[in-house]
This record gives sequence, C-alpha cells and structure tokens, in this order.
Amino acid sequence: MFDRFRAPWSDRRAERVLGALASLVLVIIALMVIFVAIKAWPTLRHNSVVGWFGFGDEVDVQIANQVNGTSGTGGDAFKLNAGPLIYATILTTALAVVIGLAFALFSAIFIVEFAPPRLRRIIVPVVRLLAAVPSVIYGLIGILVLAPFVNDHVISDSRKRSVEYVVQLSGTSLLVATVILTVMITPIMIAIVTDALYSVPKGWKEGAVALGVNRWRAMWTVSIRAARPAIIAAAVLATARALGEGIMLSMVSGGRGFSPNPLDGITVLFEPLRPLAATIVENVESLNAPAVRSSVYAFALLLLFSSLMLSLGGYLAKQPMKKYGIRV
Amino acid sequence: MATQIHQGPPPLPPHGGFGDGPRGSRKRGGESLSTWRYGDRVAYAMCWFCGIALCVIAGAIVLYMAARGLQYLNFTLLSTHPEAGLDQKKTGGFLDPIIGTVLLTIIGIAIATPIAVATAVWIVEYGRPAWLARLVESGIEVVAGTPDIVIAIFGLALFQQSLFAPLSLTADGGAVFGRSFLTAGAMMSLIALPMVFSATREGLQSVPALVREASYGLGKTKIATIRRVLLPSVRPNISTGMALGMGRICGDTAIVIVLLGATLRLESEGGIPGFNVLKGTGSTLTSYVYNNSPAGEGNAPQKAYAAAFVLLLIVVALNFTVDLIARRGSKTGLETGRLGA
Repeated sequence: MFDRFRAPWSDRRAERVLGALASLVLVIIALMVIFVAIKAWPTLRHNSVVGWFGFGDEVDVQIANQVNGTSGTGGDAFKLNAGPLIYATILTTALAVVIGLAFALFSAIFIVEFAPPRLRRIIVPVVRLLAAVPSVIYGLIGILVLAPFVNDHVISDSRKRSVEYVVQLSGTSLLVATVILTVMITPIMIAIVTDALYSVPKGWKEGAVALGVNRWRAMWTVSIRAARPAIIAAAVLATARALGEGIMLSMVSGGRGFSPNPLDGITVLFEPLRPLAATIVENVESLNAPAVRSSVYAFALLLLFSSLMLSLGGYLAKQPMKKYGIRV
Repeated sequence: MATQIHQGPPPLPPHGGFGDGPRGSRKRGGESLSTWRYGDRVAYAMCWFCGIALCVIAGAIVLYMAARGLQYLNFTLLSTHPEAGLDQKKTGGFLDPIIGTVLLTIIGIAIATPIAVATAVWIVEYGRPAWLARLVESGIEVVAGTPDIVIAIFGLALFQQSLFAPLSLTADGGAVFGRSFLTAGAMMSLIALPMVFSATREGLQSVPALVREASYGLGKTKIATIRRVLLPSVRPNISTGMALGMGRICGDTAIVIVLLGATLRLESEGGIPGFNVLKGTGSTLTSYVYNNSPAGEGNAPQKAYAAAFVLLLIVVALNFTVDLIARRGSKTGLETGRLGA
C-alpha cells in the first residue's frame, strides 16, 4: 500500500506537493486575518471609528468595566476610546525608531569603514547577541534595574509633586520603555544597513575618493545614498518589530492607559503609558468576558494590519536594491 | 575621545576600503584627520562612539545577568519542581520550565522545518507560477513581521474551535480550552519558519547552476536532484536556520503566556502516556521569568534572575552553534536572515 509513496516521485507530483506546502503560509495569513477580524467584529460594529481611535473616558476604567461586565448593556458594553493606547504605541515606536536609526547608521558605517579589524571581530557577534537576547530579559533588566534607578536618581521629588494630581511617577516610564526598545530594535537595523553597505560596489566609493573627498564623505555621499532602499527597509522592519513588542513594554512602560502630555516639558519622559501590544498581554487572563475579548482582538487586528502594511512596505522598499543584483 | 582620534591615521579596513591595492601600505590613504572638516570629524567620533556603546551595552547586560545569575543560581533550583507560595525560599526551582522550554522548542522546530524547507525548495527550484511564488515569498515576510502576541491570540482563537479539540483540554460544557504544548508549539513554528526558510533559500541560491546541470546530465529528474544533490549540500544552511529558529522559540514569551497557560508545573491531560504531557499545559523559562518579575504575580526577583541567566545561556549557546555551523562563507557575519529581520 505504501509502495505508491516509496516509489520515486514524478516531477509533476513533487512540484504540486511542494507548491501546496508553500501556499500553506498564505492560508495561515488568511486564517489569521479572518479569525482576528471575526473576534473583533462586535467592537468594530458598536464603535464609531472616530470614537474608537479617539480620546474620551479613561481607557483603563473602560477596560476594567468590560472585564467585570459592568460596562453597560447592548452596544454600550463594547464602547472604548483606545486613543491613549494608540498614542502610546506611536510615541514609543517613533522615538525608538528615530533614535535607533541614527545609532544604526553610525554603527553600520563604523563596522564597514572605520572599525579596526580586531574591534570588528568583537562588534559583529555583539550585534548578533543584542538581537538574540529574549525580550523578557530586556524587560527584567528594565523593571529591576533601570526603572528603580530612574525613580531614585533621575526624577526629583519636586517633579513628582508637580504632576501628582494627574499621575504617579514611579520610574516605569516612557523614558525607560524607549531606551530599552531602542536597544532591542537597533541590531536589526544595523544588520540590514551593514549588509547593504557591504554590497555597494567598491568602485563607486573609490571614485568618490579619487575625486578627493575623505572616507567619511565617501561613505556618507555615496554608500549611504546607494543603500537608501535598505535603510528605508530597515526602518520599516524595525517599526514592525517595535509595534509588536508586548512583553517587554508591559513590564517597563508603567502599565497605565495614560497619554503622556508633551506640554509637561521634560516630565513627559517620566510619565507612564501602555501601548497596544502590552494591553493585549495584560488582558489575556480575562478573555472570557465577551466585551474585553472583542476589544483585545480589535487591538490585535490593528497591530496585524499595521505590521502587514509595514512588512509589505519593507518588501517593496528592498526591491530597488535587487536591480543592482544586491540581495538584502 | 579627541586625543584618541588624533593618534595617527586610522587603520584601514580589510575589504571595501581603499588600502587594499597592490601597494596596500597604511600611508596610502594619506589621510590625517586634521585635514578633515570639523563636521566630518564629529561624525567620525560619533561612529566610534556608537560602535563602542554597542559593545558596552552588550557587555553590561551579559555581565550583569551573569553576576546576578551566578549569585542566585544553584543546583537545587535546576532540579526541583516549582511550588506555589509567597516566600521566595519555598517556591522551589524551575525544573518544569526547563523541560517546558525543551519540549516546546522541539515541537516548534519539528513542525517548522519541513514546511520551511519545502517552501524554500519550491520557491528556488520551481517557482511557477511566478506570481504565486512572489506572493508566498512576501507572505513569509509578513509572517516574520507579525507580532508574536498577535500570533498567540490568533492561535487561541483557532485552537478553541471544536475541530482542534483533540489537541487540548475540553471542559465539561464542551468548550475547548485551546492551550497545550501542541497548540503552543504549532504557533511557535510560525516564529521559526521565516528563519529556517531564509537560511535554506540562501543556501539553495548559492548552489551553482552547473551542479544541477551535471545532475540532469546524468539523467536524474528534478526532484531526484533536489533530494540527492541539493538538500545534502544545503544541510549546513538548514541547521543554521534551525538553530536560529530554536533561539527565537526559546526566547518567546507571549505565545507561552497565551497558549501554554504558563502554569507553574507541567499539567498533563488525558490518559495516553507521553501524549498527555503534550496535550497538557506548562510553562517555559521565559514565562517563569515574566511571572517572577515584579510585573507578574510571583515577585521573586532572585528566581527570575537565575532563570533569566539560564535562558541567556541557552540562547547564547544556540547562537554559538550558528557560528560553528556557518563559519564559512559569511562575509559580514550579519546576514539579514540571521536576525529575523
């Protein structure tokens, strides 16, 4: 009976079987979108777009009411103003990506151009190590080392008092979240940019040097410019990574659905917040309540949609590099 | 910093630089920084600063975790089961989370590898129709970019369907729990899949065409060529991808918390020996660290440090394995696929 399978496969059958296995990925993605969207449907139906994305009542109170089943009846049960969570997601992601990108550009140039060979042999494993450290370890360091340090030595008592009627400052804050998030996503960007810089044809840069510019200028005006698609791809992919980081952010971001107010000046850095992914992590235990389940899946749908767009954007951004035969 | 910069001409890079001509002497660059513009010097200093900062950050993390880990780690912790309790001295060790990590990693990679290799082979060797191949390729990028927490709660929604009831606990009312090693492992495979895929694809693409032509010339069919010639030659790449994927699975927390239940001990389910553990819930080192950190309920930082150190050791060991396998052929050591980007 098994002879059919043991006999050598014909090419056509092999192609079909392998093709089917490969298409499995597409099926999984479709299932992912469908399942998450179905679970999120009640929230989508009962909230207006402006209301859901906007600011309104305390989002933490709304979620707590949904968990306890006291959020109202009918459509009101699903009412939510997720504005602060979305704002927190955008804030942490944008800060981390902007700081991280600058850091990654300089580091990549250093690795490719300026680092002495001996140092380069150290830095490359270091970058890989930083990328491999699990997010929960970053979170642990953040919550046990950085947050207490910020609380004890960086935030002054007068600063705490100045906002105490709005929010308690306890160290877990935008600052700590951004710093750790930056450390987490920078290695990805360094890897992509370094790769691209190495694959810029040597002659281009040599041409620049022959015209009399120094090594930094040659890197900056020729190599970096040629690697622009890869830099965009790096930023896009790092954004996707930062958006979806839930565990670490739920540990160090303060866990409060609060919108840090830029008008507070420097104090904004020390205010707590809670991005979307962290909100999902923290409400996983209460998924049995229908209202909060729907809200959580709506958050997931938003994250899924954004990461989908970002992944496709990254894929498209990398295409121009392929024109030069450079695989990124 | 400034004095350091002015110490003579900077060493020239081995490749891609300007010093590797036939007369690759150090003086040929002829550049002393004093001729550089002020802004360029600042940028040069920034490059050094960022490079050094990377090393310092990584060193600080590793040294700190090692110091804390060695301070609290002892053999009893590794070999005793965890206990519920408020006193850190009486909550036992983390034997179960270690077993959980190993089990979950094996399940995840066992599911991911065949699918990833088949996909890579199909894309590189067949790839028809072209639009489907491109779609699958970008689909894998999408999976790689999907947040693990989204994958996790998608898994929960999926495996709570009654179709998948045999994979996990079914409650009295007929509700499917959806949380077990099998369901968590299945979702973990999605995390490992892109790593194995891109490593295998890179390998296949770097096999020269003449190898295939020689095989066809000997009268082998395409699939026979793949099985007898191509797959054996990309085995190191597949191993690299697997080690990277295993590293990702070990380090993932969200899926464990959502889909494995993150229970203290391994809770078996059902009567079939062996399968009952897989059908039951448990925890891994990552969820153990999370639950014992101030963010979780346990609040036992000493245990968290010790477990985190063990976790870090596992991840570093897996990365080291990657280095051993892929010592050859790597130009930068930072190929994109390696970081899951």
